[in-house]
Amino acid sequence: MADLSVNIGNLKLSNPVMTASGTFGYGKEFEDFVDLEKIGGIIVKGTTLHRREGNPYPRMAETPMGMLNAVGLQNKGVDYFISEIYPQIKDIRTNMIVNVSGSAIEDYVQTAEKINALDAIPAIELNISCPNVKQGGMAFGVTAKGASEVVKAVREVYKKTLIVKLSPNVTDITEIARAVEGAGADSVSLINTLLGMAIDAEKRRPVLSTITGGMSGAAVKPIALRMVWQVSKAVNIPVVGLGGIMNWKDAVEFLLAGATAVQIGTANFIDPTITVKVAEGIDDYLNRHGFTSVKDIIGGLIV
Amino acid sequence: MKKYILDLEVVQNIRLHANYVLIKMTHAEPLPEMVPGQFAEIRIDGSPTTFLRRPISINYVDKSKNEVWFLVQLVGDGTRKLAMVEPGELVNVVLPLGNGYTLPQNPGAIKPLLVGGGVGTAPMLMLGSELSKMGCKPTFLLGARSSKDLLQLEDFQSLGEVYVTTEDGSMGEQGYVTQHSVLSAQRFDRIYTCGPKPMMMAVTKYAKANDIECEVSLENTMACGVGACLCCVENTDEGHLCVCKDGPVFNIKKLLWQI
Ligand SMILES: Cc1cc2nc3c(=O)[nH]c(=O)nc-3n(C[C@H](O)[C@H](O)[C@H](O)COP(=O)(O)OP(=O)(O)OC[C@H]3O[C@@H](n4cnc5c(N)ncnc54)[C@H](O)[C@@H]3O)c2cc1C
Ligand SMILES: Cc1cc2nc3c(=O)[nH]c(=O)nc-3n(C[C@H](O)[C@H](O)[C@H](O)COP(=O)(O)O)c2cc1C
Ligand code: FES
Repeated sequence: MADLSVNIGNLKLSNPVMTASGTFGYGKEFEDFVDLEKIGGIIVKGTTLHRREGNPYPRMAETPMGMLNAVGLQNKGVDYFISEIYPQIKDIRTNMIVNVSGSAIEDYVQTAEKINALDAIPAIELNISCPNVKQGGMAFGVTAKGASEVVKAVREVYKKTLIVKLSPNVTDITEIARAVEGAGADSVSLINTLLGMAIDAEKRRPVLSTITGGMSGAAVKPIALRMVWQVSKAVNIPVVGLGGIMNWKDAVEFLLAGATAVQIGTANFIDPTITVKVAEGIDDYLNRHGFTSVKDIIGGLIV
Repeated sequence: MKKYILDLEVVQNIRLHANYVLIKMTHAEPLPEMVPGQFAEIRIDGSPTTFLRRPISINYVDKSKNEVWFLVQLVGDGTRKLAMVEPGELVNVVLPLGNGYTLPQNPGAIKPLLVGGGVGTAPMLMLGSELSKMGCKPTFLLGARSSKDLLQLEDFQSLGEVYVTTEDGSMGEQGYVTQHSVLSAQRFDRIYTCGPKPMMMAVTKYAKANDIECEVSLENTMACGVGACLCCVENTDEGHLCVCKDGPVFNIKKLLWQI
C-alpha cells in the first residue's frame, strides 16, 4: 500500500479524498454506507451566522450528466451547529471541516470566530461565492478586492487551517486565487458550482424556483480540471480540486493537474460509498505505476 | 432504520400494461426490514440521460420468497430503461429510505381508508397488507384515468373492500376519488393516501372537513435521498423539511398547503 497522506497547511489528511460541502450533510447521513474514518476529511454543510430557510422548492434540476441546485444555504445557524450538531460529530475520527458562508464580512468573521473555539474542528472552508448584501448582492468571490477583504478579516480571528473555496463564475480565477493567497489563506479549493439554468419547455417555466442555480456533477469536470491546473501554477499554497469527480480516475487527473487533495460532491448521491472507493482506486493506481506516495503524482502532469 | 446499498437480483419483470411494470427483486441474504411508505433509490445503468438515482416506493415485501416489489410507471428515460431489466440482472438499490405511514395503536378499533391515485397505489399494497396482518381491515379507494390504469386489483381485493373511480367511467364510479359515494356512505377513522398532488390535496380537504386523521406521501424531486442535499424540501410548520428523510409520509397537520 502506498502512502496516501497529504498535508494542507497544518491539516493532516490520511488520504486525499474529502467530501464536498452541501453534498454529504454532516457525515452522519452516510454512516450506514461508509466507514467515515476512511475518508480524508468531511466538509459539512454551509453554515451561516443566522438560521437560513434557503430557497423555495423546487431546488433541483437534473441536467445531462449533472444537476443544478438552488438550496440557498439552508442551515440552522452556527449556534445551533455548536450546541446540537457538533457534539454528535466531534468524535468522528477524521478531519471534520466546517464550510462557512455569509452575506456580510462581519457574519463571516463572527461565524469563523465561534468555530475557532471548537477543538475537534481543525479547519474551515470559506465559501466566498455568496452574495454580498452590502455590495448589491454581488458575490464576494467574483472580484479580487472582495475576496481579499473577506479573507483578510477572517484570517485575523481564525487561527487554524483556512481553506478558501473559489467560485468558477469569474473571468480569471487565477487572479482571485492570488488575491486570496495574499490575504493569508492556507489553501484554496475549487470549483464551487457553475451558474446554470434549466427550462421546462412544456410548461414554459424555469425548473428552479430561483430560475438559475449552481451546476455540479460529471458535466463540469473539464472546466474544473482546467481551473485547478491554472490555479495550481499561479499560487504556492496547496490546491484542493473538485467538480465532477465520479471515480478514482477523475481524482487522479485532478492530482496530476496540481491538486494536493480532492473533494467529492454530487457523486455521493449516485454511489454513497464512492469516497472510500476513490481512495482505494488512487492506492491501486500508485501501486500499479510504482509510486510509493501520492505526493509523487501531485502536479505530475507531463506536458 | 439502517440503510443498505445492495445489488438486488431481478426475479420477474411483469408488464402490467403499456406504461407500467411490476419488478420483483431478491437478494442472497435476507432483505432488510422495510415498512409501508418507505422507498428505495434505484440506480439506472445504461441510460445516458439518467444521471441521478430514481426514487421508487416499496410496493410490497414478500417475506416467504425474500422478494421486494416495485411498481413503476414509465414516464421518462429513467423509468423506461428500468422497465427493460430482465430476470437475473442485478440492480443497485439503496433502501429502505424515509419514514413509513403511522400504523394504528389500537388496530382492532380503527377503520382506515387507503386512497391511491395512479402509480400512487404502489405503497398502498404493502400498507394494506400490514394493516390486515395487525387485524385492522383496510378499505381501498383507488383512482385512475381508465380501467387499464388500475393495477394489482386482485391483490387489493384479497386484503379488503375495494372502491374504484375512473376519469372515463370505464370502471367503478366516474370522476375523481374524492367524488366517490363511499366517502358519504361510510365513516372512516383514518386516511392514508399517495398519488398526484391535486388528488392528495382534495383528499386532505375532505379529511380536514370531516376531522379525520390523514397522512399523505409526497414525491418531491430528489437528489441524494438520505437528507444530505436539502433539495427535496417541503414547507411545513417546522420550516423546510426533507421529504426523503423527514417524509415522504407527512401528517396533513404539518403541511402548509393552501386548501
Ligand atoms: C418518494 C417517491 C416515491 C416514488 N414512488 C414511485 C413508484 O413507486 N412508482 C413510480 O413509477 N414512480 C414513483 N415515483 C416517481 C418517480 O421517481 C419518477 O417518475 C421518476 O423519477 C421519473 O424518472 P424518469 O427518468 O423516468 O423521468 P424524467 O425524465 O426524470 O422525467 C419525465 C417526466 O416525469 C416527471 N417527473 C420526474 N420526476 C417526477 C416525480 N418525482 N414525480 C412525478 N413526476 C415526475 C417530469 O416532470 C417529467 O415530465 C416516486 C417518487 C418519489 C419522490
Ligand atoms: C445540493 C448541493 C449543495 C451544495 N451546497 C454547498 C454549500 O453549502 N457550500 C459550498 O461551498 N458548496 C456547496 N455545494 C457545491 C459543492 O460543494 C461542490 O463545489 C460542487 O458541487 C462541485 O463538485 P461536484 O461536481 O463533485 O458536486 C453544493 C452542491 C450541491 C450539489
Ligand atoms: S433528496 Fe437530498 S435531502 Fe432529500
